[in-house]
Amino acid sequence: MSSGAADFESLLREALSPVDPPADLAARLESTLVSLTALAQEELESWELAAMGDPRNWVRPVAAAVVGAGAGTALVVLRVRSRHSKRRQQSSGLLDLAGRTARDIAEEARRILPG
Amino acid sequence: MPEQIPTTKAELDAKFSEVYRAHLRDVYSYSYYRVGNHHDAEDLTEQTFLQAYRHFERALRESGGRPLRPWLIRIAHNLAANFYRDRSRKREASIEDADMVSAPHTTESLVEGREELAAILSGVQRLPDDRREALIMRFALGMDNREIARALGRSDGATKVLLHRAIRQLESIVSEDQVKISEER
Repeated sequence: MSSGAADFESLLREALSPVDPPADLAARLESTLVSLTALAQEELESWELAAMGDPRNWVRPVAAAVVGAGAGTALVVLRVRSRHSKRRQQSSGLLDLAGRTARDIAEEARRILPG
Repeated sequence: MPEQIPTTKAELDAKFSEVYRAHLRDVYSYSYYRVGNHHDAEDLTEQTFLQAYRHFERALRESGGRPLRPWLIRIAHNLAANFYRDRSRKREASIEDADMVSAPHTTESLVEGREELAAILSGVQRLPDDRREALIMRFALGMDNREIARALGRSDGATKVLLHRAIRQLESIVSEDQVKISEER
């Protein structure tokens, strides 16, 4: 490599220096991820988890798929979580509860998140 | 020795947390240079990690112990492409909406006071997408040819050529700009 090329690459490296994310981004993202996991876990922990292996494995991706749209995600999680007791009373069993939770997340996401 | 795949949910989450902490800055830097402003870069970073979380178990299985950074950058790359597509659709739909979604590029603020660096950054923005991305991965993220090849879905050889051409084209853009500036003075 010629010294001219090396100099240019060195300038390029300087121009494209790494950018630190804002401090609150890490906290916000971690909180969203924790909420997603906790949501699925809380929904199902009082039921017979053994009945279908570990249902979190299929509820969690549904929640993440629907909620993973950026702004407003925490709000969706909170609102869905707030209706947990009602869904539980209405459910006839574990599968029914999981289905109701997934539908509730989808409806809430459609209402809150930008289309 | 190949890395052991987590077998429990807790182990998987711990592993994801490790990957997330190790690469948050990389994903953010890539996003920032790709979209040009902090607001959209934050959104793109957030969506990248949520998407990664969904597919993390499979990615770990399929990576065979290789680093996951190219996989994360590939997710960000795909989401960024959608971001530009959606933005252009909204522009067509409404001029007022377009004003709201198209935030100004602010990458120049990073090199304020350094004319030569500002000229390079401006040149980078004018490169074709694939060349610009390759340069961001190499110089902002410090990725090697193999990692860039995996992120872009190309062969190692094609990536080497892509990088070489990107640098040559950028040099040419920058020197043409300098000629124009000196003629104007």
